[in-house]
Amino acid sequence: SYFLRHARSRNYVSESEACKLESVPLDFGDYHPLKPITVTESKTKKMNRKGSTSSTSSSSSSSMMDPLSSVLDGTDPLSLFAAAADPVTTAAPTDGARRKRDKDESSAVGSDFEPWSSKRGEILARYTTTEKLSINLYMGSEKGKATTTGSAVSEKVRTRLEELDDLEEGSQKELLNLTQQDYMNRIEELNQSLKDAWSSDQKVKALKIVIQCSKLLSDTTVIQFYPSKFVLITDILDTFGKLVYERILSMCMDNRVSLPDNFSPESVNDTAKETCLNWFFKIASIRELIPRFYVEAAILKCNKFLSKTGISECLPRLTSMIRGIGDPLVAVYARAYLCRVGMEVAPQLKESLNKNFFDFLLTFKQIHGDMVQNQLVVQCVEIPLYLTLYSPAIDWILQCIAYHAPDVLLTEMMERCKKLGNNALLLNSVMSAFRAEFIAARSMDFIAMIKECDESGFPKHLLFRSLGLNLALADPPENDRLQILNEAWKVITKLKNPQDYINCAEVWVEYTCKHFTKREVNTVLADVIKHMTPDRAFEDAYPQLQSIIQKVITYIYDFALLFSVEKFLPFLDMFQKESVRVEVCKCIMESFIKHQQESTKDPVILNALLHICKTMHDSVNALTLEDEKRMLAALINGFIKMVSFGRDFEQQLSFYVEARSMFCNLEPVLVQLIHSVNQLAMETRRVMKGNHSRKTAAFVRACVAFCFITIPSLSSIFTRLNLYLHSGQVALANQCLSQADAFFKAAVSLVPEVPKMISVDGKMRPSDAFLLEFLCNFFSTLLVVPDHPEQGVLFLVRGLLNVIQDYTWEDNSDDKVRIYTNVLHLLSAMTQEAYICHVDKVDSNDALYGGDSKFLAEINKLSETVVSQILDHLKTLGKEETLKRQSQLALYFFNTILAHGDLRNNRLNQLSVNLWNLAQKHGFADTKTMVKTLEYIKRRGKQPEMSHFTDLALRLPLQSRT
Amino acid sequence: MGTALDVRVKRAGKVYRDGEVLSGVVVITSKDAVQHQGISLTMEGSVNLQLSAKNVGVFEAFCNTAKPIQIINSTIEMVKPGKLPSGKTEIPFEFPLQMKGNKVLYETYHGVFVNIQYTLRCDMRRSLLAKDLTKTCEFIVHSLSQKGKLLPSPVDFTITPETLQNVKERASLPKFLIRGHLNSTNCVITQPLTGELVVESAEAAVKSIELQLVRVETCGCAEGYARDATEIQNIQIADGDVCRGLPIPIHMVFPRLFTCPTLETTNFKVEFEVNIVVLLHDDHLITENFPLKLCRM
Repeated sequence: SYFLRHARSRNYVSESEACKLESVPLDFGDYHPLKPITVTESKTKKMNRKGSTSSTSSSSSSSMMDPLSSVLDGTDPLSLFAAAADPVTTAAPTDGARRKRDKDESSAVGSDFEPWSSKRGEILARYTTTEKLSINLYMGSEKGKATTTGSAVSEKVRTRLEELDDLEEGSQKELLNLTQQDYMNRIEELNQSLKDAWSSDQKVKALKIVIQCSKLLSDTTVIQFYPSKFVLITDILDTFGKLVYERILSMCMDNRVSLPDNFSPESVNDTAKETCLNWFFKIASIRELIPRFYVEAAILKCNKFLSKTGISECLPRLTSMIRGIGDPLVAVYARAYLCRVGMEVAPQLKESLNKNFFDFLLTFKQIHGDMVQNQLVVQCVEIPLYLTLYSPAIDWILQCIAYHAPDVLLTEMMERCKKLGNNALLLNSVMSAFRAEFIAARSMDFIAMIKECDESGFPKHLLFRSLGLNLALADPPENDRLQILNEAWKVITKLKNPQDYINCAEVWVEYTCKHFTKREVNTVLADVIKHMTPDRAFEDAYPQLQSIIQKVITYIYDFALLFSVEKFLPFLDMFQKESVRVEVCKCIMESFIKHQQESTKDPVILNALLHICKTMHDSVNALTLEDEKRMLAALINGFIKMVSFGRDFEQQLSFYVEARSMFCNLEPVLVQLIHSVNQLAMETRRVMKGNHSRKTAAFVRACVAFCFITIPSLSSIFTRLNLYLHSGQVALANQCLSQADAFFKAAVSLVPEVPKMISVDGKMRPSDAFLLEFLCNFFSTLLVVPDHPEQGVLFLVRGLLNVIQDYTWEDNSDDKVRIYTNVLHLLSAMTQEAYICHVDKVDSNDALYGGDSKFLAEINKLSETVVSQILDHLKTLGKEETLKRQSQLALYFFNTILAHGDLRNNRLNQLSVNLWNLAQKHGFADTKTMVKTLEYIKRRGKQPEMSHFTDLALRLPLQSRT
Repeated sequence: MGTALDVRVKRAGKVYRDGEVLSGVVVITSKDAVQHQGISLTMEGSVNLQLSAKNVGVFEAFCNTAKPIQIINSTIEMVKPGKLPSGKTEIPFEFPLQMKGNKVLYETYHGVFVNIQYTLRCDMRRSLLAKDLTKTCEFIVHSLSQKGKLLPSPVDFTITPETLQNVKERASLPKFLIRGHLNSTNCVITQPLTGELVVESAEAAVKSIELQLVRVETCGCAEGYARDATEIQNIQIADGDVCRGLPIPIHMVFPRLFTCPTLETTNFKVEFEVNIVVLLHDDHLITENFPLKLCRM
């Protein structure tokens, strides 16, 4: 009884005046720590040739998206990495970094040059085979053969030869019947064994591996796999070239100082030069042409160690060396490799690039020669397929030539191609390699050429596809635009094969969306539907159809306009495989959330988007991953937040009701709906300025009812508790007292169900911290809740205390007592004449009871019980191992009394002294804290009418730490 | 154990010419101090001739290895008998590479029947209890430049069925016309052999075109002389059915050690030739031979 009778009476208004911080005007102008970081990413034009739509993305504050998922849009470093799928760079990321640095050195190639690394993934994905492959490795030495007969070879040579014989691959090894995957694994193994051999100083073995690998490039069996084989094997060659270069570079280290980036041959020491020469001599003696060419090209850069002009002399020689390669396909890839190395090592030497292309044109007639034809017959490969095998190589050569080349050169190249009968294969490569602006400006010429050109097996639709790709990147002259579309579409729409058709259409959709209105887009979509529906052809074209949708929503992001494109929704019906359908829905929703600036009530948009969201929601099943669910829920929530019927609150509520029935399987959506409805109720209150009419009161009660029946369907217990509390507060604010009571009662009766452990982010954590936080929050709310007239005084507080009493707390935790101590704060606040806060238009207990003595007596009784509970608990902590906890709790209680008790009361004063001593008794108190506390008391004592604090301070001894 | 002897010459390529000074260090590494009876360094150069089994029969070929011809042999005493401290000891040396009289310093050459080799041998004599230590190190001799000897001698050639010798059934040969030229058959050994070759026409598909470098070694001895041609290396310059009418480069680097400037002495000769070998798809083999004259500039 002695506690609350003597609760310190407080004047909250003056206290708050005294404690207010000096207000500081905030400068919202530039820097704010919570301001979203805007990342503007710019990609080079050529990079998005394929995936052209995902252009610039920036996460701005207007986007309602989850900030984490918006990062995933387009630039996720992981997916970029996967797209590159580069086994070499993944295996050795440092190599990649170094390669990049090397590239920077040769300043002539800028970032606008699409590097080989971005091509390789594409080639690997495109040129595949199901046929069986073979690897034929002959590891025996051929250089040895000529010399082993010699009797007096030098010692060095002899040991070398012995080394050769000792290798486990001393014999011929043929691996037959490999699947493509096996083959790729084998090549990767070879790459690894090259690195291993190198690092274990078996340079001869390393060279042999490289020679054997490059020899595989002379083999054109399973010709449709050749481009991929080229990619895999040149990876190995690149590795080798780098190893040799770096080794020689490391030999040039002088006193641990490496050579500058652009060193001159004079600064290279003799040992390094000799080693370098040795490599070149060794390579010059390789018997076969193709390995000799590739290996020398691989270490082209090493010429820098020998002479300034080395590279410029080597390149033309290697270029003409390729003339010796009889197979045109093998030759053109050899040229591509040389251009690739040339661009990397000496991009300024344009001449050999051109020479390579002209040499290729000279040998062009071979492609239709007997040798090739016979080979194709044997392998059962059709000419159109065969011709497409050339594209990556020719594209690459032309791209190297076209890089920063003047228009004059490009025009000359085109003329040269034309002379060869306007060949479709060449025309296609010209279109994919030259600058898009160059092509776009001459679109009409190109269309004419495409029409005229001698197809000779190369599929014409690929030509239109290439042209379309250019037009997506660069704009043709204004006047030609419609004619271009008409001419192109005339051809495209006639394509019989759905795959050919869709590959073309996919590309041209972007051009259409970019330059024309919804009428043309609608026509194009209708045409696609018409082509893809028969025989369910769309089933094989989901990626392309998806990309079409992507492109359409990239350009038409005004959703009112988008849904007025009649064929848009029918188009969506083609996605009948659920996973794809959901993907498409996600894309649309992402775009909506990103671009929709204002909330909407347009029935067309709402209907369509509800339908789309429903599709996403319905895809959720027991097997759906948590992440996926979260993602879907975030998208749906984004949509719900953008729906607003303005002042038509009833319509808004009925939308929420409908949404609830639609999205009942996604909890985060239900939570969002409860919040939205609560917000709606508060909005109503704001509009009515706090005075509800009969109609709005009924409406608000409907909102409250919505929340009340929705909350129990949630599974997470803390979500439920917090929502009960939150909704109760909203109900209270809207003067729905009995409803608020119901919420609070529900919360009280839910507390016993709180489990000891809960799962947070997939990990089991103790729940006590959460519970403590919730209960403190709850108790503060209860201050303003008026007592129910039919229930007893402080019915809810008592109920909650009972629940806390019965709750099974952890054995060794003091949480219960901490809560009790906090309850004392509440009780002391309740005894005040005027409470610290009120809800507008709601009379709290201070007004209800008006400081009635019976009410105060009730509170006193309650606090007495609580205090005795605390003291009991303190007593039980008297054991050795719990003394520290005892000390802490005692101090905590002491502080409470200090803050809320009236210390003029002797008994209370004595109690606090006892607690102080208890806290220090066993030496567990933190001296610093004790000193600070004492200082605080002394300071308080200096204030007017607070002299009893000074007295108290005198009675509190400080225990020195000894 | 634990004592190691090493001879290191200064130049990374180990290449020296007549009149130059061969310098370097002898390195002795040992954990303990080494007692020795003197360390000497010997420079040796010799021509080894081996008779071919073809000419004299296996037995003679084995026994009758002609006596090596000494080119150079001189020894210097580096350290007098005494004791070397433990650890690493480096003893520098300089050896003038000079011929006495009008003898010629032949180039280093490793062939099948003729070998010209130069070595530096370091000997550490030791007491009876410990084994003598020896270490040999080969160094390479390049002859002085033979300026003035080199005249460019370009050769044009045309190969058709009609130009061929040693043909059994000329009628069964497919028709073909191959033209080309070598820029010079007098070659500087450090420069590649160059030229061009054009397959103007060929009825049968071309399988491969190769350059075969051949050494021709002649050894004179009492019973007469032996002349043998063996392949040094084979370099493919065309693989597969090459484009008609398009010049294909002829390019071959002369391998080190296995080639030397063309050499003619009273006892032996070393000469070189190149064969252009065209292999057709029906396994016809066409060879055109060109003697070369190599020299060093």
